[in-house]
Amino acid sequence: MLGAYLPILLLVIVAVGFGLCSLVFSSLIGPKKISALKLSPYESGCEPVGTARERFSIKFYLIAMLFILFDIEAVFLYPWAILYKKLGVFGLVEMGLFIVILFVGYIYVWKKGALEWE
Amino acid sequence: MENLNGYLVVSAILFAIGTIGVLTRKNAIVIFMCIELMLNAVNLTFVAFSRHLGHFDGQIFVLFIMTVAAAEAAVGLALMIAFYKNKESISVDDVNMMKW
Amino acid sequence: MDMISIPVVNMTPILPEIFLSVLAMVLLLLNVFSPSGKKSYLAYISFIGIAATAVLVGAGWGGHIESFSGAVILDNFATFFKMIFLLAAGLTVLISDQYMEREECNHGELYPLILFTVVGMMLMASGTDLMTIFLGLEVMSVSLYVLAGFNRNNKKSNEAGLKYFLLGAFSTGFLLYGMALTYGATGTTRVYKIASVVGQMTLPSANIMLLAGMLLMMTGFAFKIAAAPFHMWTPDVYEGAPTPMTAFMSAGPKAAGFAALLRILLVALPTLQIEWSQLLWVLAVLTMTVGNITALRQDNIKRMLAYSSIAHAGYALVGLVAGNGTGTAGILFYMLSYAFMNIGAFAIIILVSKKGETNGNVMDFAGLGFKRPLLAVAMTIFLFSLAGMPPTAGFIGKFYLFSGAVQKGYIWLAVIGVLNSAASVYYYLRVMVYMYMKEPTEEFEWTQVTAPVALALIISVAGSMIPGIVPSFILEFAQQAVKLI
Repeated sequence: MLGAYLPILLLVIVAVGFGLCSLVFSSLIGPKKISALKLSPYESGCEPVGTARERFSIKFYLIAMLFILFDIEAVFLYPWAILYKKLGVFGLVEMGLFIVILFVGYIYVWKKGALEWE
Repeated sequence: MENLNGYLVVSAILFAIGTIGVLTRKNAIVIFMCIELMLNAVNLTFVAFSRHLGHFDGQIFVLFIMTVAAAEAAVGLALMIAFYKNKESISVDDVNMMKW
Repeated sequence: MDMISIPVVNMTPILPEIFLSVLAMVLLLLNVFSPSGKKSYLAYISFIGIAATAVLVGAGWGGHIESFSGAVILDNFATFFKMIFLLAAGLTVLISDQYMEREECNHGELYPLILFTVVGMMLMASGTDLMTIFLGLEVMSVSLYVLAGFNRNNKKSNEAGLKYFLLGAFSTGFLLYGMALTYGATGTTRVYKIASVVGQMTLPSANIMLLAGMLLMMTGFAFKIAAAPFHMWTPDVYEGAPTPMTAFMSAGPKAAGFAALLRILLVALPTLQIEWSQLLWVLAVLTMTVGNITALRQDNIKRMLAYSSIAHAGYALVGLVAGNGTGTAGILFYMLSYAFMNIGAFAIIILVSKKGETNGNVMDFAGLGFKRPLLAVAMTIFLFSLAGMPPTAGFIGKFYLFSGAVQKGYIWLAVIGVLNSAASVYYYLRVMVYMYMKEPTEEFEWTQVTAPVALALIISVAGSMIPGIVPSFILEFAQQAVKLI
């Protein structure tokens, strides 16, 4: 019964081991040049000072909105992926059409310049 | 999976919290989050029924609700940004240009 | 490995939807790939596309095809409503270009969005599964939120978009919860299966879950068709949205809401007719009365027509309370003629108002009868039809709605309806008084009537008059349409 979970246990061991190894070895072997910037907390590239209520560029929202849209469409791929072999060519064609429609949206967004940062 | 009522009660409570939030909150984003809570309560109801009844219609419905909610979120945020640009606020107290 | 046997899918019922969606996507790409500048050609292409779709839809008249294992149906009911949506969209496209040019927000996205809205409405009309109806409703609503807030630089339009979005999404929550409970109570989302399951229940009116589901679904739809007490968003959204979009919103989506409501109540839940007709009775009376009384005190003409559109939803609900052939055919007839007269009236409002949506008051119509006699005559016809005076389409529509109610014994409801209709004459007449009996307050240049707008006006005048003079032609179609449901 529990044997069914053995692959998961192996996966956990490998994952934890890999993480630990890279941490330990990088601190042992890697060169250390400490500077003030490196010691400061990482905040996705922003200057980590000032108040937390700083305004973000409107670009963040735009990208976030587009991300939500294209990201969530993946839920339709999920059931198809599970039954991929059983659905055969029909499923492939249907999904192709679906992607084409998404692609139209993508081209629109691209040409509209919504993906350019500057 | 005999505990259908439990799920239904939880989702009803979530739905009520969402509704009350929509009616009492002032910030448009918070209102929208409350609406999302309502939709997720519905999702929970659908999934519970789907499992109870033993067929998938309800789960498919949930997939559609999720994607539609995402589309709504994108459009809603865009509208809020447009509103904010002109008004410098997203409090619904400032949604007040037109009065009867 | 077993292959899943794919059911044979008959695409015929959704052919018009597919065509319109593809057209909308092509227009979207055309818009970004063509150099910026005038976008009028997109309007022409959309109009031709809408006309072609109307031919496609019309060819399906008389057919009865179920497809997608009962999620979509092609029947006369759906066809009739699809024609209303296409008509509303076509007229809107005709009157949009000039307005958008004037307001300096002529972005090409307008036309694809209108087409997507139509696709959603068509799915609502032909959907026979709660899922299809929901999807259609959302395709429609999400596009409409954008259309309401389309004029990004206009604060009122921003506000209209945001308000419509928040309240629309809120009402969707109720609708969905209702659908979920109905699914739980009956075990299916197919409209016809719900009908047979509910028909087999020993005492369906005692099934709390089913009743709650029905109630919540009705609440959701009441929001969408702007029935009191769920009408509070309507005046603000209608006033703030760009005028052509207001015209569209008051005609198309309202009809779509009725299509779905009719399908769900009459096909899926006819066994609960006693329950829902009682509720709708109250709703109809409230809607008519609130709409008309508040319209009396409006000076802004868009706002006045918004309240009047609430009242019109109330008249249509009278037909649904009756629930018989005459009443429901009356709804179809009324929605069709309402599309003509209301969009026509809004077209005149566009011509009278000026850039930035100024000049939108009833007083600004002063002297229109002397300055632009033809426009004034057209407006008079629309207002007569809205007020329900013979020999216009509005009169015949109301006549059928109210006589449907009388046939089923709802005498009081019909009386209240007629009284309301009489009260409404006051505010429609007020516009006419200004047009014909007051001198213009100031000199100003009138907007030129471009060819598309003129065409829209001619179609609207014809559509408001002809069904009133020879009603039997269209009424026959409407009666055939409701026969199957």
